[in-house]
Amino acid sequence: MIGGKSRVLCGIRVRQMQESWLLFKRNLSDFWKTFRRNRMGLIGAFLVSTALLLAIFAPLLTTILPKETVRDANGRALTFASPAVHGPLGTDDAGHDVWSQLAFGARISLTVGFLAGFIAMFVGSLLGILAGYFGGWVDNLIMRITDVLLVIPDLPLMLVLVATIRQLDLKISPLTVLILVIGLLYWTSTARLVRSQVLSIKERQFVARARAIGAGHAHIIRKHILPQIMPLIVANTVLILSTAILIESGLAFLGLGDPTQPSWGTMLNFAFDRNAISNGAWWFYLPPGLAIVWVSLGCVLLGNVLEEMLNPRLTGHHLEGEASVIQASSGEAAHAQHLG
Amino acid sequence: MSRRDYLLRKLLFSLVTVFIVVIVNFVLFRILPGDPVRAVIGRNVKISAEVQQSLREQFGLDKPVFPDQFFNTLGQWARGNLGVSWSLRRPVAEILMSKLGNTLLLIGLGQILSIMLGVALGLFAGWKRKTILDVGALTFSLIAWATPTFWLGIILLAAGSSWLGLPTGGIVSPENVGKPLYTVLPDLARHLFLPTLTLTILYLGEYMLIMRSSILEVLSEDYILTAKAKGMSHWQVLWKHALKNAMLPIVTIVAINLGFTVSGAIYIETVFSYDGLGKLFQTALTKQDYPLLQGAFLLLAVSVIVANMLADILYTYLDPRVKAN
Amino acid sequence: MHSTLADSPLLRVRHLSTHFILPADASPAAGDGKRVARALEDVSFDVYPGQTVGLVGESGCGKTTTLMSVMRLLPATARLSGQVFFKETNLLALDEKSMRGYRWKDIAIVFQGAMNALNPVMKVGEQIREAILLHNLLERDQAEARVAELLEMVGIPKERGGQYPFQYSGGMRQRAMIAMALACSPSLLFADEPTTALDVMVQAQVLELLKNIQKALRLAIVLVTHDLGVVAEMCDMVVVMYGGKVAEYGPVDVIYNAPQHPYTQRLLESFPDLVRPTDMLASIPGTPPRLTELPPGCRFEPRCHARIDKCKTESPPLLEVADGHFAACHLCLGTKARF
Repeated sequence: MIGGKSRVLCGIRVRQMQESWLLFKRNLSDFWKTFRRNRMGLIGAFLVSTALLLAIFAPLLTTILPKETVRDANGRALTFASPAVHGPLGTDDAGHDVWSQLAFGARISLTVGFLAGFIAMFVGSLLGILAGYFGGWVDNLIMRITDVLLVIPDLPLMLVLVATIRQLDLKISPLTVLILVIGLLYWTSTARLVRSQVLSIKERQFVARARAIGAGHAHIIRKHILPQIMPLIVANTVLILSTAILIESGLAFLGLGDPTQPSWGTMLNFAFDRNAISNGAWWFYLPPGLAIVWVSLGCVLLGNVLEEMLNPRLTGHHLEGEASVIQASSGEAAHAQHLG
Repeated sequence: MSRRDYLLRKLLFSLVTVFIVVIVNFVLFRILPGDPVRAVIGRNVKISAEVQQSLREQFGLDKPVFPDQFFNTLGQWARGNLGVSWSLRRPVAEILMSKLGNTLLLIGLGQILSIMLGVALGLFAGWKRKTILDVGALTFSLIAWATPTFWLGIILLAAGSSWLGLPTGGIVSPENVGKPLYTVLPDLARHLFLPTLTLTILYLGEYMLIMRSSILEVLSEDYILTAKAKGMSHWQVLWKHALKNAMLPIVTIVAINLGFTVSGAIYIETVFSYDGLGKLFQTALTKQDYPLLQGAFLLLAVSVIVANMLADILYTYLDPRVKAN
Repeated sequence: MHSTLADSPLLRVRHLSTHFILPADASPAAGDGKRVARALEDVSFDVYPGQTVGLVGESGCGKTTTLMSVMRLLPATARLSGQVFFKETNLLALDEKSMRGYRWKDIAIVFQGAMNALNPVMKVGEQIREAILLHNLLERDQAEARVAELLEMVGIPKERGGQYPFQYSGGMRQRAMIAMALACSPSLLFADEPTTALDVMVQAQVLELLKNIQKALRLAIVLVTHDLGVVAEMCDMVVVMYGGKVAEYGPVDVIYNAPQHPYTQRLLESFPDLVRPTDMLASIPGTPPRLTELPPGCRFEPRCHARIDKCKTESPPLLEVADGHFAACHLCLGTKARF
């Protein structure tokens, strides 16, 4: 008897799993079809993926390493050579190939940006779940912390933190310091978002049911809450990525990057400090910034589209033009007037 | 809760935040390795021995860190004594005050312009949703958001100085240094033009986006339909009903932005060598002039917190619903 | 309640049709084409001065859309056709500027659930005064007096005019909206589900108020509701709508006693009767049609208990089954309505 029941239950379980897989596949294909229609999302995806490809295939796309010096016919370093002289992007003040710096710099910028973004996502989601699920003083505490973090100006705080940490001589690489500092200061928006989602899910039936049958907190969070909030977290993280990349470039520009591993921001630091502007070397200060805009914009477009798909605003507003009237012919009008 | 309670809560929150900033500021600079004296006096002690000793006493530097140093330091800060900058050899507080006005000028001008333009553009973009104006404005905002502050500054600097002959740095030309600013207005204007333009472009996009989404939300509310049913034209509805409601979030955003504006100022002042608090901060950072760095951080953070609180107070007077919460 | 038929109608709606052009569906099932929602099709009815006309039907049948179409408050996605005569003027033929002159001054509207229908950051009195000054009816100081008068008329102490909407109760807000609607002394008032969001006691008060106002001001009212009891109490004529079309139209007592259209019959059956309680509460099986996928025949046919073959393929015309009583059903006998 028991064996029979468990076999039936097993059968049902297998069926359920097959159905949910089919459902998942169908949802994925629906998702892709919807996504495909949205031009902005596609542009965003294009921007991000080309940047990724550049970073990954940097050695294949460059003819010379960033640290090598380009020399002219007489063996002297070819400094500030324009792209016409040395392609594709000329050289900097020390004779290094700019395109090569850009391609390899992509690795640094993207890595730091992505890692910082993921830390922010992780910390933010964790705190958001804790705050939303447990409520009470936990919620209060976490919310007050986010409020405080939002009020204190971000750049001065980061500069001061980084400066202090570097002085402590803890043998952490400068890039790691950047990653940690950015990740630990930018989790607030994720936390807020996750918290409000968790709050709304918490009230729903299936959570109460799960609790009634004695499920533990971790189980409920893992099985019921997490799957529902994951999509939104992903969308939010993509947006955070764009911020992380921008912030990293800023900090690197101010000199807090690693000069031995230049990111795009560090390139701009070099360009600014070494008079690329007064030398008219636009090929040195223009491309890194464009690259930053390229990736940042891509992440924003992608993130916006993802968010829009999960939280669409479909309705219009009351002042969107006037309804048009299709005029009846004059004969009908005259006829109608005499009746009724 | 009543307005009074709400404001009291905000005040308390601001005080707590200031306190946290103070603690962070204190701790960060005390954990630096080496002589704790460095945090107040600076590493390269080129100031006279008497001044050194007097600072030692004021900040209690030979006594234990907590509670003596802590409370001594707090006391000194409260009195406006922020130590002495080793690189500039002047009291930190005095240096900060001399640069404050320049930064306020730059930030103030940039913010006012970007708010005015951003609100106007956002209003039209939201009203004329999905038209060319809207799409163009959205694209602009998006790109502006994704552009690093300092890089836009670099580009405008390069373009402005080579094409328009605008100055490449400083707040006034070398011959005008030291004169009160209001006497050299044309020169000041030429120097202010590019940095202000950079700030304005960057914040314009954000205010436009906020205003646009705010207007979209307001315009889908029922009372807009009522106003239309009363016989008002679109423009009248916008002006009398939609605008006030839509602008409320702007006040909040301006407050939140204060922190980011300060950050922007650091970048822009660095790029344009504009002699304000931002450039000072950056210089203190590179020279590792800790008294100056610490003092500047304190000033910046506390200013933003206070400004935020003032904006909150302002908001409660603008939105009558806040009283009932 | 009645007016003599010697008066000419205040409002004559003739063959009013409203279609909404919907944006392309985002779901992968639909194509890339735009969809059309035929919210109203060939709606005709009259409103005489001082008369109350009820507009009933299920949610989504087009009651509110009818009011909005007459007042031309629909967005650019809507396409209107037909004629709407207010006195002798075809409102649909006017340009926007002229139409604005009619709004509130001749025809005013009270929206349902006046929660958000009043501007939350503007004082109530000020909003009423705005309506008066907008149409240049009075000078500023006189307008103040008029606002006080209006508030009193709906039973709100005039001092409360200086308060904000959030300080009013639900019923008070509804009454304030009524006061505002009367500000320019219109001859026609549209009331869109004025009692839906209110509890029963307050409902009765608001309806009582409307009745008194109507008597005092000789106001014509078009009352949109899904509550047949309210119609029985307040209205002279009733227009029963289904799926965007008029199903039945005529005097209330005639229709309530001898409904001709199967939908009206079912509707009346499903309404609980306190005098002669039946054992079971009848309901109409099925759901209203989707306005983007309408059948070629009668729109009620899928749910109709009395359908014949013809109903599936041919849309029934509006027939005059008795004097002033119209029904759109193939089973009814009558002459084609001459609207």
